[in-house]
Amino acid sequence: MDTTLSAQIVYQRPQSLTEATMHYCPGCTHGIAHRLIAEVMDEMGIRERSIGVAPVGCSVFAYNYFDCDFVEAAHGRAPAMATGIKRLLPDRIVFTYQGDGDLASIGMGEIVHAAGRGENISVFFINNAIYGMTSGQMAPTTLPGQKTTSSPRGRDVETMGYPLRMAELLANLDGAGYVVRRSLHDPKNIRMAKKAIRLAFETQLRGLGFSMVELLSTCSTNWGLSPLESLKWLEEHMIPYYPIGDFKVADALKEIKL
Amino acid sequence: MPAKGWIEVNEVYCKGCELCVSECPQHVLALDMGRLTPKGYHPVMLIGDGCTGCGICAIMCPEAALTVYRETPQKVSVAA
Ligand SMILES: Cc1ncc(C[n+]2csc(CCOP(=O)(O)OP(=O)(O)O)c2C)c(N)n1
Ligand code: SF4
Ligand code: SF4
Ligand code: SF4
Ligand SMILES: [Mg+2]
Repeated sequence: MDTTLSAQIVYQRPQSLTEATMHYCPGCTHGIAHRLIAEVMDEMGIRERSIGVAPVGCSVFAYNYFDCDFVEAAHGRAPAMATGIKRLLPDRIVFTYQGDGDLASIGMGEIVHAAGRGENISVFFINNAIYGMTSGQMAPTTLPGQKTTSSPRGRDVETMGYPLRMAELLANLDGAGYVVRRSLHDPKNIRMAKKAIRLAFETQLRGLGFSMVELLSTCSTNWGLSPLESLKWLEEHMIPYYPIGDFKVADALKEIKL
Repeated sequence: MPAKGWIEVNEVYCKGCELCVSECPQHVLALDMGRLTPKGYHPVMLIGDGCTGCGICAIMCPEAALTVYRETPQKVSVAA
């Protein structure tokens, strides 16, 4: 016997991403979220029967980046559109991809009722504590004291209210089958986020109702930080307010080992 | 002997954000200040030996710009 060395591929770009270059700012974790969803679609072999619903926000062009069927919703209305698609085509995997402005301000009605109705769709919710696309206005998720272009002296909770914890809020509804929060700021948390994305799709495949993965994400451009400083800021400021955790996990999911 | 690995950077995608640089456990990544990508960023590159092919850089990359390889020993019977 002899020993030779052979090259093995440890990682390559997922097939569920198109070849398009993404328009996101350098280091924007929207890209990590896209990559993880695409990797899970590859691993589950569901790309051919998946339909995504894109939001209004920085991820408005998501349909150019995922190599599956995609539609574009009016601002905040992705869960309503996904509801219609899933009800008409129940054998498809239907998911929305939404920012915090899209999901938690203009789209608050749609997301709450989709969860309340127990629609069998998966929602990937990108919480970057700001309106990224429109140049950094305050979002419902902006932290107390956080400076934005529309709260230049920092969010004052006396006049502007408190940030909304969407995962905790939606997990309370009986229609929710799987609702968790994860973060994209380091390799360990990114691995955990990927498993959660997998479980959200598994929830839908098993017909267990509404699933949502909230992903804490960065917006270095509008936070006024470098990409690396943004990861640190997320860890130090967002996680204390938005704890990583499982807020609703249907019993039937608990036996799945990933 | 630690596993030997290497990476390939697709410069069409890399935006020089350095998220991979800071997490590489072997500290073998840095931006190539002498080059620009088609989009005008300094791409990341391997700056020395020691890459183990662990894939952590690829886990961080928002652009899916990296391919990671590892050399694995394989037993082969040698024909006489
Ligand atoms: C009906 C309507 N109202 C307002 C806008 C302006 N607008 C575009 S994107 C956006 C918010 C985007 O923020 P978010 O959903 O958090 O996405 P991000 O860019 O941060 O990923 C707003 C208010 C719009 N396009 N349409
Ligand atoms: S503005 Fe913010 S959210 Fe939008 S692409 Fe740039 S970093 Fe990402
Ligand atoms: S594979 Fe691991 S060791 Fe090699 S460059 Fe990437 S992070 Fe560093
Ligand atoms: S994380 Fe990706 S885009 Fe950023 S520097 Fe590394 S290879 Fe380039
Ligand atoms: Mg946002």
